[in-house]
Amino acid sequence: MALNIVVCAKQVPDTKRITGEAMKDDGTVNRGALPAIFNPEDLNALETALEIRDQHGGTVTVVTMGPPAACELLRESYYRGADRCILITDRRAAASDTLATSYILSCAVKKIGADLVLCGRQAIDGDTAQVGPQLAEKLNFALVTYLEELIDVTDKTLRLRRNIGAGWEDVTTKLPALVTVMETANHPRPYASKRLMKYKNARSEGEIAGQVKAECADESEIAKRCEALKSKGLLIESWNLDDIEADLNWCGMSGSPTKVHRIQSVVLTGGEYHEIDPSDDGIGQFVGELIQEHTIG
Amino acid sequence: MIEKNTQGEVWVFAEQEEGKLSDVPLELLSKGRELADTLKVPLGAMLLGHLVSSQAAKLIAHGADKVYVVNDERLGHYQTTSYTAGICSLITEHKPQIVLFGATAIGRDLAPTIASKMKCGLTADCTDLQIGDHEDKSAGKTYENLMYQIRPAFGGNIIATIVNPERWPQMATVREGVMPMSESDESRKGQVVEFNPNFNGLSLPMELHEIRRRPKKVNLKAARIIVAGGAGVGSKDNFKQLWDLAHCLGGAVAGSRAAVDLGYIDHDHQVGQTGTTVRPALYIAVGISGAVQHRAGMQESAKILAINEDRDAPIFGIAHYGIVGDLNDVVPRLTKAIRGGMSVKTTH
Ligand SMILES: Cc1cc2nc3c(=O)[nH]c(=O)nc-3n(C[C@H](O)[C@H](O)[C@H](O)COP(=O)(O)OP(=O)(O)OC[C@H]3O[C@@H](n4cnc5c(N)ncnc54)[C@H](O)[C@@H]3O)c2cc1C
Repeated sequence: MALNIVVCAKQVPDTKRITGEAMKDDGTVNRGALPAIFNPEDLNALETALEIRDQHGGTVTVVTMGPPAACELLRESYYRGADRCILITDRRAAASDTLATSYILSCAVKKIGADLVLCGRQAIDGDTAQVGPQLAEKLNFALVTYLEELIDVTDKTLRLRRNIGAGWEDVTTKLPALVTVMETANHPRPYASKRLMKYKNARSEGEIAGQVKAECADESEIAKRCEALKSKGLLIESWNLDDIEADLNWCGMSGSPTKVHRIQSVVLTGGEYHEIDPSDDGIGQFVGELIQEHTIG
Repeated sequence: MIEKNTQGEVWVFAEQEEGKLSDVPLELLSKGRELADTLKVPLGAMLLGHLVSSQAAKLIAHGADKVYVVNDERLGHYQTTSYTAGICSLITEHKPQIVLFGATAIGRDLAPTIASKMKCGLTADCTDLQIGDHEDKSAGKTYENLMYQIRPAFGGNIIATIVNPERWPQMATVREGVMPMSESDESRKGQVVEFNPNFNGLSLPMELHEIRRRPKKVNLKAARIIVAGGAGVGSKDNFKQLWDLAHCLGGAVAGSRAAVDLGYIDHDHQVGQTGTTVRPALYIAVGISGAVQHRAGMQESAKILAINEDRDAPIFGIAHYGIVGDLNDVVPRLTKAIRGGMSVKTTH
C-alpha cells in the first residue's frame, strides 16, 4: 500500500525568541540575532509522514523553497529519516506571496508525484496558514486541515481526527489528499545518529558553488565535487523554476496579487502615564484610586 | 479572477455552525458597513448551509443590505469542497469587489482555498481595513479606492498595508474581536437572494464519523478586567499568581503568544493579532514586553497597567499606569492590596 508522501517545509526565523537581545533600539528585529529554524509544525508534518512510511512502506520526500542556506533544513530532514530531499531555489521566485508560493510548490509536487502531501498548519513568521490550503487547491487534492491524530491509513483513504477550534471531528478522506498538521499531533523524533554521520556532508550544488568561490578555486571544481557527492548519494537535488516547468507569470512578484502599499514603523505616542511606586504604600494608594473610580470592585 | 468591478458589492462570509451564527460575521458586518458606505455600494452577506435562511434577518439587522442564501444538504456540515464551490460560483456571478472572512478554523481553511481558485490575493489576520488610493510607481499607475489590508509585519515595531490592485476580489481574514460589533437594528430592511450554485455532480471527498464540540475555555471579549501574563512570568506554576490576582478582581486570565508557546496557558487565552482582541475596562500586563502583535489585541483597553522590570519595554509606551519592578514582588503586593481594599469597601 506504499504511499508516496511529500512534505513541504519552510525555514523560518525563530520568532519564539524575539526577546530583548534580538530587538534593536528602534524596536525592529535584529534578524541576524534570530536563528533560522525548521518551522515547528513542519516537523510534525515530517513526523507524520515518517510514521506512515515506517508502518506501511512508501517514500517520504521533503521539499523546501528558499535560498541555498535552506539546505540545512533538508539535512535535518535526512537525519530524521527522509528518503529524498529537494531544494527549490530560484531568484525569480523571490517576493512570492502565498499564492505564488503554492503555485511553485504545486509544480514541484506534480513533478515528484504524490498520493499524500503533508504541511505544517502554519509557519511562525506569518501565522497565515494559507499555503497548505492553496497548494491543495492547485493540486486538486482533498484538503484536510488541522490534523491532531492519524487513525488509519489505507491505499485509498485516510481516517483521522482534526481540530475544529472548539472541539474535534473524526473524518475519512479520499486520497490523494493534502493534510496540514498541528503541533499536538505527535512528538518529532530526534536525529538518528547513523544518518547524522552520513548526511552531515550532504550539500546542494549552490552550496558547493559557494564553497568553491570562497576558496577561489577553479569553477570546474564545482561539477567535479558535485559528481563526487552524487556518487555517494549526498548531493541534495536542487531545482529551479525551469526544472519544474513553472509558468513564470504565476511566480515571484508577477504571480503575487498582494502588493505592499506601505510599511510604517509604529510610534508609541503615549498619553497620560503615571508611574506607581512598587512599595506597599504606593500600590495600596493606587488600588484605592481604582476602587474609588469604580474601575475595580 | 473576476473582472474588476468598481461598483461591486462588499461581502462578508456569514459563518454558521449548526444553524447558529458566530460573532465574527456580525463584527465583520459593522466594518463591512463602513467600507461599503465609503465606496457607496451595497453590503452583502453570504449565508451557506442547510436550512439556515432564518438567520438572514439577523444579518440584515447587523447591517447587511442583501443576504445571498445558498441552501443545500451538502452544506449542512462544513466541507472545503462544497463551500468553495458555492462561494466561487456566487463570486463569479455577482463580482463583489471585497470579500471578508473571519480568521476562524473554518475561515482559515476556506478563504485561502477560494483565493487560490479565484487566483486573487488574500491577507490574513488584518487588524484594520480602510479604503484608499495606491500608486504603483514602477508601472506609473494609480488605483483609486482599494481596500487597505493593515496588519503588523514580522520584524518588530512595524505595520504593513497590503493591497490587491489588479486581481480581484480583494480578500482578507480578520480575527475575532478585532472589529467592534455594532448594535443590531431590527427595523433595518434588506433583501434575501436565494442562489442556486448548481452542485450537480459535486462529490465530497470527506466523510464525517463523529464530532465533539467543546465550549471555548474563556470568553475574553466579555471580561471587564483582564490579567495577562507573558514570558516574564517564567513558568506555568508562577502563572498561578495571575489566576489569584484575576480571581480577587473577578477578572479573566490571558497570555501573550510567548506565554502560550511556552505552555503557561492555553491558546484560547491568547491576546493579540493572532489571538483575541479585547477592550476591557482594565488590562493588567504582567511580564509582557508589548510587541506590536500583542498591542494590536489590547491597546484599546480603557486602562492599561503594565508590570515589568524593564523600564524601556514598549508596553510602557501605551500604558496608563506602570509599576517598574520584579513581578514576583509586585503581583503578590497588588493582590494583597486589592483584597484589603475590597474588604474595607464591603465593611463600610
Ligand atoms: C506572525 C506573528 C503573530 C504573532 N501574534 C501574536 C499575538 O497574537 N499575541 C502576542 O502576544 N504575540 C504575538 N506574536 C509574538 C510577538 O511578536 C512577541 O514575540 C510576543 O508578544 C512576546 O511575548 P512576551 O511579551 O510575553 O515575551 P517577551 O517579549 O520575552 O517579554 C517578556 C517581558 O517580561 C519582562 N520580565 C522578565 N522577567 C520579569 C520579572 N521577573 N518581573 C517583571 N518583568 C519581567 C521582560 O522585561 C520582558 O519585557 C506574534 C508574532 C508573529 C511573528
